[in-house]
Amino acid sequence: MATAQPSRTQTKLEPWRDPNEKPYVRIEKVTKKFGDFTAVDDVSLSIYRGEFFSLLGGSGSGKTTLLRMLAGFERPTEGKIFIDGVDMSNVPPYERPVNMMFQSYALFPHMSVEKNIAFGLHQDKVPKAEIKERVAEVLNLVQLSQFGHRKPHQLSGGQRQRVALARALVKRPKLLLLDEPLGALDKKLREQTQFELVNIQEKVGITFVIVTHDQEEAMTMSSRIAVMNRGYIAQIGTPTEIYEYPNSRFTAEFIGSVNMLHGRIVESEPDHSLIRSDEADCDLYVSHPGHAAPGTECWVAVRPEKIAITKEPPAGDNGRNQAVGTVKEIAYLGDVSIYEIELTTGKRVRVTAPMVTRRTEMPITWEDRVYLSWRPFAGSVLTS
Amino acid sequence: MPKSWFLRFGLLIGLLFLYLPILLLIVLSFNDNRSISVWSEFSFRWYGELMQDDQLLSAAWLSVRVAFISASCAVVLGTLAGMMLARFGAFKGRALFSGMVSAPLVMPEVILGLALLLLFVSLEQLTGWPEGRGMLTIVLAHITFTMSFVTVVVQSRLVSMDASLEEAAMDLGARPAKVFFVITLPLIAPAIVSGWLLAFTLSLDDLVITSFVSGPGSTTLPQVVFSSVRLGLSPKINALATIVVAIVATGIIAAGFYNARQERLRKRDEQMAQQG
Amino acid sequence: MAELIQSEMRHTGFLGLLQRVGLSGRALVMAIPYGWLLLFFLIPFLIVLKIALAESQMAIPPFTPLLETVEELKYQITVTFYNFHYMVTDDLYIIAYLNSLKIAFVSTICCLVLGYPVAYAIAKADPKWRAPLLMLVILPFWTSFLIRVYAWIGILSNNGVLNNFLMWLGIIDQPLQILYTPMATYIGITYSYLPFMILPLYSTLERMDNTLLEAAADLGCPPWKAFLTITLPLSIPGMIAGSLLVFIPATGEFVIPELLGGPDTLMIGRTLWTEFFNNRDWPLASAVAVALLLFLVVPIMLFQNVQGKQGGHP
Repeated sequence: MATAQPSRTQTKLEPWRDPNEKPYVRIEKVTKKFGDFTAVDDVSLSIYRGEFFSLLGGSGSGKTTLLRMLAGFERPTEGKIFIDGVDMSNVPPYERPVNMMFQSYALFPHMSVEKNIAFGLHQDKVPKAEIKERVAEVLNLVQLSQFGHRKPHQLSGGQRQRVALARALVKRPKLLLLDEPLGALDKKLREQTQFELVNIQEKVGITFVIVTHDQEEAMTMSSRIAVMNRGYIAQIGTPTEIYEYPNSRFTAEFIGSVNMLHGRIVESEPDHSLIRSDEADCDLYVSHPGHAAPGTECWVAVRPEKIAITKEPPAGDNGRNQAVGTVKEIAYLGDVSIYEIELTTGKRVRVTAPMVTRRTEMPITWEDRVYLSWRPFAGSVLTS
Repeated sequence: MPKSWFLRFGLLIGLLFLYLPILLLIVLSFNDNRSISVWSEFSFRWYGELMQDDQLLSAAWLSVRVAFISASCAVVLGTLAGMMLARFGAFKGRALFSGMVSAPLVMPEVILGLALLLLFVSLEQLTGWPEGRGMLTIVLAHITFTMSFVTVVVQSRLVSMDASLEEAAMDLGARPAKVFFVITLPLIAPAIVSGWLLAFTLSLDDLVITSFVSGPGSTTLPQVVFSSVRLGLSPKINALATIVVAIVATGIIAAGFYNARQERLRKRDEQMAQQG
Repeated sequence: MAELIQSEMRHTGFLGLLQRVGLSGRALVMAIPYGWLLLFFLIPFLIVLKIALAESQMAIPPFTPLLETVEELKYQITVTFYNFHYMVTDDLYIIAYLNSLKIAFVSTICCLVLGYPVAYAIAKADPKWRAPLLMLVILPFWTSFLIRVYAWIGILSNNGVLNNFLMWLGIIDQPLQILYTPMATYIGITYSYLPFMILPLYSTLERMDNTLLEAAADLGCPPWKAFLTITLPLSIPGMIAGSLLVFIPATGEFVIPELLGGPDTLMIGRTLWTEFFNNRDWPLASAVAVALLLFLVVPIMLFQNVQGKQGGHP
């Protein structure tokens, strides 16, 4: 697993595509109820060895409860969890081959950094010399070698985060659970730490399951993401799949920003779908296989950066994937500008355009009449 | 100090009200004269007499022993009860339990004293234990009413403590009992110490419950003090009061300095953390 | 133990070995304090109730048994409401009850009036002054209650400090009779219970968000009005907690009326004491206790509600 390549995309870690590959963690029809409240609702998913798997969702989506069931702090009301083929139903947290990094870090305030890290090894009765060696090794990994004697409150936030990671890693668990691991860091440190976390994961080769509400974080680090909503899994896929091919309005809207154009399916063929959209007042041609029957109500999701904005009418294609509107709002962000266009039907559409030149030749300004167009592959047809 | 004059005045009045009576006792304890209105000369006469009062001294010794045993048992029971209320969630009979824990905090002592005496009498009739009333029944009664105070102190400490510390220890392979002794206990130790001190003080000070459950031959300090002040002022009691105040004040001021020192160390550590 | 953090573990079907170990450990932890409180707190009250329904007799212990073996395996319950009847017919008890409630109520108000400015001043003080000031409030609480009550004898008596001071000022020329009057009881209770009022008030006021007052000022509200419309209503939970902490024990107070109140200050705790120790009428004393408890059930429930909110469920 420990490849030297720095980028995840080059490692071709895609075991979920291989039908012969056995899942490392299997969650089978797990439901968790707290009284009348269903926190996790019939979730099934498989995680493969070496993955960096994200559970992404808002608060109350059940992602933390699912993580806590993997750790053994909660027991499923229904369903089973297998880790490396072993049923975890009756295994208490202190006997699971799983370690967790807590959102609050949960560093023992009365123990030094070294003692904190050695704690888990002491529980396993690892020989003293080996403990010393492994603690030093993991401290080196997180670049805290000279801080071993400090107490947690003598460390900065970023250092504490790394101690928490080291403490969870040192037992070499089969599965490392991370509950919002970067949640307590400020934005700049968070971005830097994202890459560090990925590098460490690749070095140690342990399977990571991470809970986060930050979609950017999930996109950057994960091999796959499970988007959760109100206890169920809305979609599982690689970051690209989730972003480019959302399977529902919820996922499309949760990840990034998106324009939803309402319409009805006219044609549904193996190579394309044709949608008559009342909101865009045009026909939408989407070059993905159609799934739903003609006549079905649907939404076409188009990302703002995939829409071209021009002052002249674009050429050809029978007016498909084209709309006309007036510029209502402009936000200049430096690298890109965001335009909000009111179509003739009254629907508002958001478009982002990169600022390629410093002075655009055709500066688009408020109340300009503009043409919007996008390519057939840009949209996704969503029926739910 | 608060800025508004009105608030300063209110604070001053409140504190004067709290302290003038105590100051008066301290001053009077050094007055050679028996009367409160006549100051004759500074002397330690009443302290000397206090030290020769065997009845009072033996009562004080009994009180200290009772308070020590009661506080120590109350701390164990109160810590367990605090764990139950803060960590065990919705167990069966929780409402009854938390009711039984918090009722003694406000229950008039006469009721509690009477109830416990009747229990001891009935128990003795039924089982022959406890035999008569004495130190044992006083200790049992004191444990019962002081454990509530310990529970409240420990529980509030546990509630404010991050529960994921205990989860983390368990996640790293420590069994529940080990988690309690290695993680929970050291972290709630300050609460346990203050709970013990509180229980000790309450036990040392209790008159009403003790009067119900004590027997002949087991007279505690408050009982001796009560029977002597019932008849009016007694200079020996002034001296005793001064000693009590001196001990308490020393303890509290020491605790204050200790806390201030901890605070300074914490600030230093924070700076160190920022420098990296 | 921390495993037991999980409150929702009561589902059936996971009785694995370790869970059973966990459960038995948990049960053991629970059994000790629970058993203790059942034996030494709940059962005693049932016995009080039982004896309140018995008749007094000249014996040791001085009451008739409630449960008697008449024949083998046949019990006869002898219940008498004589004690309660006696209490209702004799004015002494009713007056003592009403007087206790009145004294406790007035003292509670005094504590509130005196304690609020102190709590407020400490909460508003510079943070570095708060801990020492709070310590000053708590310190008397750690010294002997009995001795602090006793101190007032020296202040209030006819040749005491207060009378001497007032005569020196020339306000009065005859000593005022304050000691051994109800007035002295009010002062004694207010004094003894003042810290119990200040502490919950302080913790409510200290927790209050200061920006609320800034927002009020920003919206054009003068400070005194902001105090009345924002601070005061928001500190009601503290006032309730403090008042209950004063009112409930004060109602059954014995030491203060006994030492300061003189023979005419009737309070129910004192009546109970007299019935028990002087008249040795245990059943009547029990009946008095039961009646006092009935009076206090509502405030005690209210207190437990407040206490429960502060204690916090996980």
